[in-house]
Amino acid sequence: MVAQILFLILTLAAVALFTVNFRKIIRNIRLGKPIERNDQPQKRLMTMIRVAFGQSKMVVRPIPAFLHFFVYVGFVIINIEVLEIMIDGLFGTHRIFHGLGGLYDFLIGSFEILALTVWLSCAIFLIRRNILKLKRFSGVEMTSWPKSDANYILITEILLMSAFLLMNAADAKLQALGIGHYVNAGSFPVSQFLQNLLPNSESTLVYIERGCWWFHIAGILAFLNYLPYSKHFHILFAFPNTYFSNLEPKGEFNNMPSVTNEVKAMLDPAFVPAETAPGKFGAKDVTDLSWVNLMNAYTCTECGRCTSVCPANITGKLLSPRKIMMDTRDRVTEVGKNIDKHGAEHQDGKSLLDDYISREEIWACTSCNACVQACPVNIDPLQIIMELRRYAVMEESQAPGSINAMLGNIENNQAPWKYSPADRFNWAEGN
Amino acid sequence: MEFKVPTMAELMAAGEEPEILFWVGCAGSYDERAQKITRDICKILHHVGIKYAVLGTEESCTGDPAKRAGNEFLFQMQAMTNIEVLNGYNIKKIVTGCPHCFNTIKNEYPGLGGTYEVIHHTQLIQDLINEGKLKAEGGESFKGKKITYHDPCYLGRGNGIYEAPRKALEVLDAQLVEMKRCKTNGLCCGAGGAQMFKEPEKGNKDINVERIDEALETNPQFIAAGCPFCMTMLSDGIKLKDKEQEVKVLDIAEITARANGL
Repeated sequence: MVAQILFLILTLAAVALFTVNFRKIIRNIRLGKPIERNDQPQKRLMTMIRVAFGQSKMVVRPIPAFLHFFVYVGFVIINIEVLEIMIDGLFGTHRIFHGLGGLYDFLIGSFEILALTVWLSCAIFLIRRNILKLKRFSGVEMTSWPKSDANYILITEILLMSAFLLMNAADAKLQALGIGHYVNAGSFPVSQFLQNLLPNSESTLVYIERGCWWFHIAGILAFLNYLPYSKHFHILFAFPNTYFSNLEPKGEFNNMPSVTNEVKAMLDPAFVPAETAPGKFGAKDVTDLSWVNLMNAYTCTECGRCTSVCPANITGKLLSPRKIMMDTRDRVTEVGKNIDKHGAEHQDGKSLLDDYISREEIWACTSCNACVQACPVNIDPLQIIMELRRYAVMEESQAPGSINAMLGNIENNQAPWKYSPADRFNWAEGN
Repeated sequence: MEFKVPTMAELMAAGEEPEILFWVGCAGSYDERAQKITRDICKILHHVGIKYAVLGTEESCTGDPAKRAGNEFLFQMQAMTNIEVLNGYNIKKIVTGCPHCFNTIKNEYPGLGGTYEVIHHTQLIQDLINEGKLKAEGGESFKGKKITYHDPCYLGRGNGIYEAPRKALEVLDAQLVEMKRCKTNGLCCGAGGAQMFKEPEKGNKDINVERIDEALETNPQFIAAGCPFCMTMLSDGIKLKDKEQEVKVLDIAEITARANGL
């Protein structure tokens, strides 16, 4: 009874804490500007099924795709086991679903195999990060916290899987001894090999079985509450992020309606704009970005596929699309904390541009869309870079000198170079 | 040129309408190297007998570099002025000589009142080959020659056009070799996003050199391009590597024109 009450309190506390932090993230995302992403629901759904559920963009890199697939499937399927743990924990039962008979044996057997593949995949991931030191996992933005974050996630998953397997091994041994409520249920294709490592004493086995059971569920609840602080949040946000992702051709950049109004009024004095959208052009801070940009930032799992294909980054420039996303998340988290502490009107005098992302970074972008193409969950770092450029150019008139010269040429000669419009057709005279 | 390139103004004065408008673009109009590509596109249009026209001095920058540099005002000013001209001539279909013009007119003009059927010149060449109007005969033979094609970002990733340029090369019976980074994974030449008009930021290599190194790994005789900016970047790279004699950078329009003896 005490255990049941303890279990109930633990679960409720974990869910409550997660809800509080999750709602803060939703609040932070809503600090972004509106953007219409509810059109074409069918196409959006198909994109989500293909890219998030189907992992279609992961296959470009077969080795991590293969390993990630095991962890992903393991995560989704082993959660069925969590349902049983929840019921057992609340009602003081043991292996409540054992009545399913052969199906139960099959399920537990599959979970064990999946647990082993998750375990091995995570171990290989740790080796790739810490021993092989793959280039993709380093970079200026990969400071100690992002690196530790990745390791914490992998180690936790290994520990959770170990506890699950060890629990089963102890359980099976108790079943064989015919002890109390340890009914004969389940098949143990993996944990049977652990049985020999365990002692034969009944009380020790019960301690191990119970210990692992509590560690497994407490670990899962703790992990749930780690998500809002971690890059691992992608396990939840990959789905809405792909659903609300851009469906237009990647080459198309949005036409700013506020500018259209002004240009129309300039070209035709009789034009009366339908609505005047106040505010600045482009983005100086995260609150000038759209909610999709901010959701992108919370979805980013810092895998670095974007940065590894960025032509600027490859050739040693400061720009790293992954840093753009990490900076955006760090800044919007900071803005959120300021709101919690000092109220919505508080200004801390900082901004995304300059305090987080430098001018040198935004001007190194070739807008080639390689980062957007590479992202397995359809994050768009390019849109953020463009919004920052728009602010720098339209609000501050701060662009590199040669860019200003090019803009001046278009304005005066209708071409980015200093040629006379009258000479535009001279090419036809050549051979 | 052996024939006169017709302008929209002339056609309109004669009470005629073209089947297609050839949007030349700023690079195609002013850049000496790109002018050759422009003339070759005209030669192809003339050769197959399509009724076409150009805007001549009435053409002006689409606004693409302004938009990518963050100046939406200037972009929309350019766009609306161009749309007025295009709509004034009742233009229905446009072929561009540049992926940047192509992307801008195709994707960004409709929202500002300019809706046209827009194709890139490699798509036109592919269509003409498919229709049997264009072959690879009567000119230089590319049979067995090693050609590698560089995907322009705004044609490839930007608009998903990977096949048309390759189809236009397949007809040559040449040996097409792909670079390590091609199609969706293609590496930018370094000119996009208004980089064409500025010095690169501090780094350890220029992007066009990185790309040329990769292209040269395929040991090509020809590097095929489909964009005047890529043409500049790739040609500069070849010059820097001192490979101008062994490797030629040619636009797909130039290759097509040569293969047909135009």
